[in-house]
Amino acid sequence: MTTLSSDAAHGETSHVSITDYLKTHVRDYGMLVALVVIMAFFQIWTNGVLLKPLNVTNLILQNSYIIVMALGMLLVIVCGHIDLSVGSVVGFIGALAAVMMVSYDIPAIVTVLVCLLTGALIGAAQGYWIAYWKIPSFVVTLAGMLVFRGLTLALLEGQSIGPFPKAFQALSSGFIPDPFGGADIKVLSLLLGVAVGAGMIVFGLRARAKQARFSHVDEPIAFFFVKNGIIAAAIVFITYLLATYNGLPNVLITMAVLIAAYSFFTTKSVPGRRIYAIGGNEKAAKLSGIKTERLTFLTFANMGMLAALAGLIFAARLNTATPKAGVAFELDVIAAVFIGGASMSGGVGKIMGAVIGAFIMGVMNNGMSIMGVGIDWQQVIKGLVLLAAVIFDVYNKSKA
Amino acid sequence: MDSILEMRGITKTFPGVKALDNVSLKVKRGEIHALVGENGAGKSTLMKVLSGVYPHGDYEGDILYDGDVQRFRGIADSEGVGIIIIHQELALVPLLSIAENIFLGNEVQRRGAIDWPETFARADALLRKVGLKDPSSTLVTNIGVGKQQLVEIAKALSKRVRLLILDEPTASLQENDSQKLLDLLLEFKAQGITSILISHKLNEVSRVADSITVLRDGTAVSTLDCRADCIDEARIIRDMVGRDLAHRYPERTPHIGEVMLEVSDWIAHHPQHPERRVVKNVNMTVRRGEVVGIAGLMGAGRTELAMSLFGRTYGQKISGSVKMCGRAVDVSTVGRVIESGIAYVTEDRKALGLILDETIAKNISLSNLKDVSERGVIDSSRERRVALEFRDRLNIRTPNIYQKVGNLSGGNQQKVVLSKWLFAGPEVLILDEPTRGIDVGAKFEIYTIINQLAAEGKGVIMISSEMPELLGMCDRIYVMTEGAFVGELSAAEASQEKIMSMIVRGSQA
Repeated sequence: MTTLSSDAAHGETSHVSITDYLKTHVRDYGMLVALVVIMAFFQIWTNGVLLKPLNVTNLILQNSYIIVMALGMLLVIVCGHIDLSVGSVVGFIGALAAVMMVSYDIPAIVTVLVCLLTGALIGAAQGYWIAYWKIPSFVVTLAGMLVFRGLTLALLEGQSIGPFPKAFQALSSGFIPDPFGGADIKVLSLLLGVAVGAGMIVFGLRARAKQARFSHVDEPIAFFFVKNGIIAAAIVFITYLLATYNGLPNVLITMAVLIAAYSFFTTKSVPGRRIYAIGGNEKAAKLSGIKTERLTFLTFANMGMLAALAGLIFAARLNTATPKAGVAFELDVIAAVFIGGASMSGGVGKIMGAVIGAFIMGVMNNGMSIMGVGIDWQQVIKGLVLLAAVIFDVYNKSKA
Repeated sequence: MDSILEMRGITKTFPGVKALDNVSLKVKRGEIHALVGENGAGKSTLMKVLSGVYPHGDYEGDILYDGDVQRFRGIADSEGVGIIIIHQELALVPLLSIAENIFLGNEVQRRGAIDWPETFARADALLRKVGLKDPSSTLVTNIGVGKQQLVEIAKALSKRVRLLILDEPTASLQENDSQKLLDLLLEFKAQGITSILISHKLNEVSRVADSITVLRDGTAVSTLDCRADCIDEARIIRDMVGRDLAHRYPERTPHIGEVMLEVSDWIAHHPQHPERRVVKNVNMTVRRGEVVGIAGLMGAGRTELAMSLFGRTYGQKISGSVKMCGRAVDVSTVGRVIESGIAYVTEDRKALGLILDETIAKNISLSNLKDVSERGVIDSSRERRVALEFRDRLNIRTPNIYQKVGNLSGGNQQKVVLSKWLFAGPEVLILDEPTRGIDVGAKFEIYTIINQLAAEGKGVIMISSEMPELLGMCDRIYVMTEGAFVGELSAAEASQEKIMSMIVRGSQA
């Protein structure tokens, strides 16, 4: 392989055995397997409650705001920073939305737009000091955490404000309509699930075919079908479960679109690639002509906007804004990203990893609550899982 | 003369690689023993076996020290018997004082508390031995690399060293600092301290070494006794690379065209001390197909000149004008400089040139992502084609282009950095110490690439601290001292003596 010229390399087909392939990609699939194992465990221990349609719907609603923020946090962490303020921003934006809609009767749509913009401005304000003044993000966002928690209390005057108009609640607790009018099952929801599952396999095959022309497919074909088959089946199964209840929640659609968009951004886009470069070696990135400050700044602005979206979803779900909203969310979000395989020093991490990390945390929260495990032991177990995931990472790295 | 150290049949394997294959090394008491070989030949691995970094049982073979078989379980064991290794990357804590560094992990204590007066007194005494005049309370960050090297040696002396191992001690040193260091080694020899010197610089080796062991591909190829035989460098190089390098610099017939880059009255000031002028009214031209050298001692301002030109990545209050092919160009940001056709290959490839955790392919495309993307979306098959093309063109030795750059040898890393900049499509390349820390064979390849670039009509500026390299490669050499150009020599008139005398006269003026 070493001495092959590029022409020869183009014609060659690679034969990588499944075990070899798994060995080199142990991190990529390890966490997915862990999620499946954890789900199976709780499914058994909760006597099947975990995968009841109602509970699956709850699982998604409960974790949506964590996942939305994990997308932004992944970029922040890949860029070599951290954002501790997101929990407070969730609370602040919820409060702002409540004051606007309940106290001033501003329409929901205007409120949502103003809140998203405010979130972006909050992120930008913090990003400015981090990117252009080189003040450590830990310090700037720690300050932000205090400031916005305080502003939340000030805005709400220590009270809870609610309820919200129906239109706003639909952001979180609404479900997509079913034009087919199925009695026991929401047909459109199920069809969407089947379409996504089938689409995944079709696009996967197409991408493989394109790669094969340049012969750098190192994923064995059998493995491709098994993996995608399982994932597609899981998607169809989950949507089936959801369809037998109220159908797909609106927030699931929002989440799915965002996950797809950020996956594309991180793996395929030029600015995405550059953010990885900044995290990998900021000086080298700068000397390669990358505007490191501007990208860092935008990464934080983006994080602020996603935190605002999460704040809106959370407020809509509770149907009230409370001063305690979002407390300690930043820890769940950061934990999800690290469980998902991102590196503390930056430059490494995947969107799907962060999503899986968030679901691992979410399923454990949910499963342990159903089993009646107290909040005390839940914390202990979650902490140990975070530590174990990172140890697993470091161990794999040292072995390589 | 008996031998202080004998390593017998040392074999060390890593998963898939035999790093050392039955290597034997005999070091006589009180001599300076040089260990030479290309990068990856196994020098560092052998020294790690000796110092206990790879503990007994991790390797096959025996280590005899003072005639006894040793079973080191860690560095503490080998240091306990007086074997001290000083690594290429210095292990000093910058914000501690020299004295604190010398006694780090070995603090002078009285009843459990550190005895500071004694610490500083002993440190000062050690510093006198190594010829360093700075007080031992100076912070390490405030002294230069040359002096830091001496601090490391003082630290070794504090541990009652009997066998001193120096891994590439002069790699980052200036000519005069290197000379001082080598003199110090000779002085130690007179005091009975044995040294093992790992070096790429054969002129230094032949100056101080009593015997030389050449390693190649994990085996000891030859051991030469410098006192018995007359050793010439060509012989050593032949042993190192396993082939004759008739010429250390590839042949080239220059075809020099019109002026491309023209820098006038370039001035830059120190980033922290705005009153200090680091680059002083530099005027410089580079023609098409020309290789121009910038000679000078470390700290002369060569890197500062290059970086201030390259998107103002160094310094402040920068002024002067830059023209490319007669047209004034804007060099205020890195993006614009690259756009105008100038590339700068940094001196420190690990810290400034590469993303070590990323693949070869991603490193190569980094400075020119727009050529592998369409409307902001990266085309991975185009990126792959580019990487393959450069792998073949520059002969980057790697199993595949998705290898992490951090896993490559120094020479191959340098080729990746060069690929990255060539892909940006520059007309003028500034190469800052392009062959630092890479072995003889890879150097030759880098030289060949530079000549190819010149033949393609590019202009090359080469900054180097190795004068023979500049003399062997350049059509014209600027001499820089204390921030100013003090002379210009054509290839025909240039010689080491002339450059050195210009530097000396320049500093006096």
